[in-house]
Amino acid sequence: MEVLFGILAGVLMAGGVWLILSRNLLKFLFGLVLISNVANLVIFASGGVTEGSPPLVGKSGIVEGVANSLPQALVLTAIVIGFGLVSFTLTLALRAWQSIGTTHVEEMCLSEQRAGATDENGGVLSVDDYAQLERARTVNSEQSMEPGR
Amino acid sequence: MNGLLVACLLTPMMTAILAFLWPGGRVIKGAVSVCGTVLLSVFAALLLRQVWTDGPVSAQMGGWEAPMGITLVADHLSAMLVMVTAIVGLAVSFFALTDIDEARAKGGFDTFFQILLTGIVGAFLTGDLFNLYVWFEVMLISSFALIVLGGDKVQLDGAVKYVAINLVSTVLLLTAIGLVYGMAGTLNMADLNGSLAELPDQSLVTVVSVLFLIAFGIKAAVFPLYFWLPASYHTLPISIAAVFAALMTKVGVYALIRTFTLIFTPESDMIATVVLVVALLTMLTGILGAISHTNIRRILSYHVIGSIGFMLLGLGLGSPLAMAASIFYMMQGILVKALLFMIVGVIEKRGNSSELSELGGLYRSHPGFSILYLLAALALIGIPPLSGFWAKLMVLEAGIEHQAWWVIALVLLASLLTFIPLMRIWFEAFWKAAPRSDDAPVKEPELSNAASGSAARSESMQLAPVVALSAVLLLIGLAPASLISLTDQAAAGVLNVDAYLQVVLGSGAAPIEEMKP
Repeated sequence: MEVLFGILAGVLMAGGVWLILSRNLLKFLFGLVLISNVANLVIFASGGVTEGSPPLVGKSGIVEGVANSLPQALVLTAIVIGFGLVSFTLTLALRAWQSIGTTHVEEMCLSEQRAGATDENGGVLSVDDYAQLERARTVNSEQSMEPGR
Repeated sequence: MNGLLVACLLTPMMTAILAFLWPGGRVIKGAVSVCGTVLLSVFAALLLRQVWTDGPVSAQMGGWEAPMGITLVADHLSAMLVMVTAIVGLAVSFFALTDIDEARAKGGFDTFFQILLTGIVGAFLTGDLFNLYVWFEVMLISSFALIVLGGDKVQLDGAVKYVAINLVSTVLLLTAIGLVYGMAGTLNMADLNGSLAELPDQSLVTVVSVLFLIAFGIKAAVFPLYFWLPASYHTLPISIAAVFAALMTKVGVYALIRTFTLIFTPESDMIATVVLVVALLTMLTGILGAISHTNIRRILSYHVIGSIGFMLLGLGLGSPLAMAASIFYMMQGILVKALLFMIVGVIEKRGNSSELSELGGLYRSHPGFSILYLLAALALIGIPPLSGFWAKLMVLEAGIEHQAWWVIALVLLASLLTFIPLMRIWFEAFWKAAPRSDDAPVKEPELSNAASGSAARSESMQLAPVVALSAVLLLIGLAPASLISLTDQAAAGVLNVDAYLQVVLGSGAAPIEEMKP
């Protein structure tokens, strides 16, 4: 059973890493969801997987064949926290897409510098247009540096 | 008296709830927040006094004895850090009264700020690895909320990076904790001490220790893992940036110190070398990054990274003296960073920019305030008799004790280089003549904290915490003896964990009834 868990964790991890390397924010997020599930599986498997026995101890104390309840509690906590984080991040991605207009991380980087820089229609500038604007701005600011002191 | 530990945690938690539920505007919620941090400071001071006189204290949550339940424990290091957290929290919550606008207050600034403090205090006080993860999450979620609060476009991009990298570090931490549990069968940090060393197969232990190193290293923004920090800190409202810069990364440093002294002791030779190299590189890249920027916020963000390097040197060198130096550096570094960021907030209000080329003439218009900046900057650089001098002196002493000459050389180089960006801020923003407004370059839109025309009253309210923190720093600089003796004890407690183990695992602590997190 643990071997199965291990293989599953490995496959999920591979898929997760592949997705995380993407430049698309959404794919990155999906990758993260997969990897956080790998973490849960690792906790679960490392606590020892027992089949068909309850995580409950009778009044007499420790009984043979009882599942370890601690990993289950840990995984439960981690799932709840992970759910909260993922839903927050999805909302953030949606918000970023609405206001910046892209989920491509490189274009998002540029959007910070070009905040407020829009074309004549009020749309967000493309990367090339922005680079042109940036060059003009650099020249401008170099000139204005001189007479300051 | 274990109730103090719980009180330090519950105070910000309850304040968060109060600030959320209390009807009223910016001022009311802010006042609740300030009151909460005052109370937290009182409890933290009491806790520090108790730890100082009687040694570490612990509290077993829910009445479950140590390896079974969750333990809260405060040794010298934890108690000092909780105290500094409370001081910074107090200063920032006061500063935020005028810095945070009505919209952000309505969005829950004070609530999230207090939850952030809860998470930080919890991380400092917990004695359980999984509980540490939970407090990290508490801290993270509230910092996520703070970082997007207000939702300016520039904030969003920084927020995405911050959230993404922190989620990765969280997953790594969780995986590492799962593997530790699989190997040792316990997650109590005191119980873990030594138990990993007895395992027959040490290869997995090394892997897990590296996982911890990376996970906490991302949080602490150490050398190859720091890129998220300058990318996200410069877009935030200054109160949030101040508390992030001062406290958040230090929780990562604390977690590194704690795990690599308490849990992973035996194979520390390899790890210690890695930490030492990483610390030196962090120091240098941080300072070089600061030199290469012209925006005050970015300069200071890189300074945050640089100072993390100094704080990790103690862990890398591993002697009590080096550890004491690091802890001293951490204490005064937290205060200086909070102070400098608040000063930047005031500069931005007065000069309407954080770009050096657009600033100038502040010394002519505000001489008193300029002296405050100079004081903070010189404290960070380490000019005697200010607090940074003692910190760097202790670091150098530790280097001499180890005869690690190249460490000394690099520390001196980094200290010298620290001089350049801070003095450039002084010359550009304060000393040179104010630039004529007509030839100012194309201005970026107003940075987030678009304060409505706040008048002299709000300015003096912003200066109050700045002055108070400066006074604390000056006090540390002029009379460092008691802080140094405290850091010596803290370092001894961190490196010789017997007292810590005794107070957690021994039967000395009476259980108290408390809800389990």
